Amino acid sequence: MKTRTLLFSLPLVFLLLFYFYPLVRIVLQSFLPEGVWNPDKLENLFSASTYWRILWFTTWQAALSTVLTLLLALPGAYVFARYQFFGKNVFQALLTLPFVLPTVVTAAAFRALLGPNGLMNTWLMQGFDLAGPPIRIDQTLVFFLLAHVFYNYSLVLRIVGSYWAGLDPNLRDAAKMLGASPRQVFRRITLPLLMPAIGSAALLVFIFCFTSFGVVLILGGPGYATIEVEIYRQAVQLFNLPMAAALSLVQIAVNFLLMWLHARLSRKSQVAFIGETLAGNVERAATPGKKVLVGANLLGICLLLIAPLLALAVSSVTWEEGFTFAYYQALFTSEANSVFSVEPIRAVTNSIGFALAAMVAAVTLGLAAATFLAACRGRFASLWDAVIMLPLATSAVSLGFGYIISLNRPPINLRDSLALVVIAHTLVAFPFVVRCILPSLRQIPKSQGEAAALLGASPFQVFRWVELPIITRAILIGAVFAFSISMGEFGASAFVTRPHTFTMPVAIFRFLGQPGEMNYGQAMAMSTLLMLVTCSAFWMLAQLETWRNSPGKFLCDNKP
Amino acid sequence: MLRKMFLQFTTCLCLLLTTITVARAEKILTLMTHDSFNMGKELVAAFEKENDVKLRFLKSGDAGAALVQAILAKDNPLADVFFGVDNTFLSRAITAGIFIPYSSPLLASVPAHLQLDRENRLLPLSYGDVCLNYDKEWFKKRNVTPPTDLADLLKPAYKGLTVVENPATSSPGLAFLLATIGRFGADGYVDFWKKLRANDVLVANGWKDAYYGHFTAAAKGGNRPIVVSYASSPAAAVHYAKTPLSEAPTAALVADGSAFRQIEFIGILKGGKEPELAGRLIDFMLSVPVQEDIPLQMFVFPSNSGARLPEVFVKHATVAVKPAEVAPADIEANRDKWLEAWTNAVLR
Repeated sequence: MKTRTLLFSLPLVFLLLFYFYPLVRIVLQSFLPEGVWNPDKLENLFSASTYWRILWFTTWQAALSTVLTLLLALPGAYVFARYQFFGKNVFQALLTLPFVLPTVVTAAAFRALLGPNGLMNTWLMQGFDLAGPPIRIDQTLVFFLLAHVFYNYSLVLRIVGSYWAGLDPNLRDAAKMLGASPRQVFRRITLPLLMPAIGSAALLVFIFCFTSFGVVLILGGPGYATIEVEIYRQAVQLFNLPMAAALSLVQIAVNFLLMWLHARLSRKSQVAFIGETLAGNVERAATPGKKVLVGANLLGICLLLIAPLLALAVSSVTWEEGFTFAYYQALFTSEANSVFSVEPIRAVTNSIGFALAAMVAAVTLGLAAATFLAACRGRFASLWDAVIMLPLATSAVSLGFGYIISLNRPPINLRDSLALVVIAHTLVAFPFVVRCILPSLRQIPKSQGEAAALLGASPFQVFRWVELPIITRAILIGAVFAFSISMGEFGASAFVTRPHTFTMPVAIFRFLGQPGEMNYGQAMAMSTLLMLVTCSAFWMLAQLETWRNSPGKFLCDNKP
Repeated sequence: MLRKMFLQFTTCLCLLLTTITVARAEKILTLMTHDSFNMGKELVAAFEKENDVKLRFLKSGDAGAALVQAILAKDNPLADVFFGVDNTFLSRAITAGIFIPYSSPLLASVPAHLQLDRENRLLPLSYGDVCLNYDKEWFKKRNVTPPTDLADLLKPAYKGLTVVENPATSSPGLAFLLATIGRFGADGYVDFWKKLRANDVLVANGWKDAYYGHFTAAAKGGNRPIVVSYASSPAAAVHYAKTPLSEAPTAALVADGSAFRQIEFIGILKGGKEPELAGRLIDFMLSVPVQEDIPLQMFVFPSNSGARLPEVFVKHATVAVKPAEVAPADIEANRDKWLEAWTNAVLR
């Protein structure tokens, strides 16, 4: 227990330095600019109905997005957990891609497909001889809900799917033997066992949608504004820092309450059990019914996720007169005559470098935090759990401004260093890692570790030989998300002052900053490269996992 | 074992932090700016060589966010020089008192109407006119006359053709709102926007989204042939065309009172370590070589009237003769009110 507490001090120190300290400083500075409380600029907060409306809208759209994502992704999670099919690893790698794409690019892809003059509408209008576009979802609720599902589908699928795959098949078999119907097995056995993972995933999706900035604004249109948008507007456009700080606190408070509630519930509902095999209960879809199930899910994934991505890739190699490689050529040959243009290879290596650094840091901190939380039985356990999640629910604007006024003196004079970019990415990524690992870690019965300890294993040995093998898959998935978050220059670092570094998202933004065909084409080409690089990284990871699991599988087969 | 690992980790972290904070011996001059800043490589190298200094560029988000960060760092400035305060934020920057006056000798070749700060705390480096752009081919194909004035947008013939940016989240969006305020007055602009809303105007979040998401001349699947952009955008469309063009695919509408001039300023931050070098950097930025480089780097016009424009600008970019005018102090004083009124008129 002692070592675990010591371990926890690692993420705690990190949070104190790079989260709580800057946040407290910026809130204090905003509320007490000259050391005096001046509520003038806050008078609107409770009187104006605008803020209540924004809070209400932010909450219900996040809830609706979460429910929709769960409904669509849970069948997918089942298919990925239980069936082996051709191209599974590639599918899994593709699914995570939305995470790395800048919102503007995603929006462009969706519009190219479903916009008023998009591909679908053009086809439908030609095919059915229609006068106007039949699909009119641009700048509507439907469009950004669709985008939220697009972004979060893989989150649910991978977190729940990996957990599902680890469930002990004997439990189901036993229930079946006792005469339970498949429906009863699902309702009484599988679903309750899955709850921790579903809860974890749902929580992440909710917070993600709650703090949504670009997606809602671009696809839903400016009529829809979340709290995050209002914070930006108050801080940057109106320079009303007290109001921005107050809204940040409201956002944190609402999410904290939710996270704390989730932590309480998941502690109550946790059941310790152990999946004996890692990949032992995966089967091929044999019966027609099962084939239809797998096929329908894959088709859904293709339509929802792969089609927009494909539309992007296609627009990077086409122009009005057909096929072209000119955009890629320009990307690799155009003379670098300005101080901020670097060859794309450098952008790729820079992006990967940042992402690897953030991934290692996030996994280290996440593992330390999860190990502590899984063992923590104290009164404050749920509280700690919620505290860990806070960075995810915090406005990037407030935190970015906080860094400016807090990390500005030795020994931590980091406010304008590149390390801050990695720190900002880590801050957002490590709660993801915790949520991925924690459910798996909690499913390990205490008796397992105790038995090992009784036989003379040190705490480290217990971790290395008992716990680690069971949670490896969860760690890998956490790593995948940490990597993607950093690759996509997730919102968190947008308001961090940094020396200029050329990464892939930065390049995309630069191209999209000026009019012109070549700019658009090169932005699409760079986006496609970003997808390719990310996808191959994940594919390799998946291959690694399959390869690692195969000897274990062989062992299970030999079981009497 | 774990305790040992923890100790090792902390030592590493401490070492890392100290190495980062140890100042290097080389002289460094820092320029803080927004994300869209760009300049020629050779020019930077020339300045570094001439002054035996290393130029460091700090980027801090969009123009508004960068300025707020500079203001927050007032007591312990992040940089020596700041570029990217435009006339919509000028008053905020001056009130915050973060810049020191510097009367560069090169201001003599900058037109007086660009010099908005009499004490020269902020010096104009470039300008661009925010105005309507339209897709020439779209109008030609349908035999519709393109708009020639702001007020044309309200005509039934242009119903559902325009996309603008949200002034609350976009800087060209705000500039265009100011153009309508300058043109129709602080009492009349709300009425204009209400009518524009009735004529089915589309509001996009930012310039990228409007231009590449909705504008027919640039967006796949877009259906709006009129967009709020810059008077230099047609030149960019030619410069970045896939095949050489003799004529721009888009045109800018700069009729009197239909555009808003965005002027971008540079200034020396109070409390910087190298005020003397900072002055030399500003002279350099205002000098002809840099000013002639600016148009093709950022697609705006140079403030130094001695700078020659590149050919593509001469042929395809336009300047408003009489842009709509709103004083910086008025903007800062009324921004909140105007944005609120705009939001109520157009979005709610």
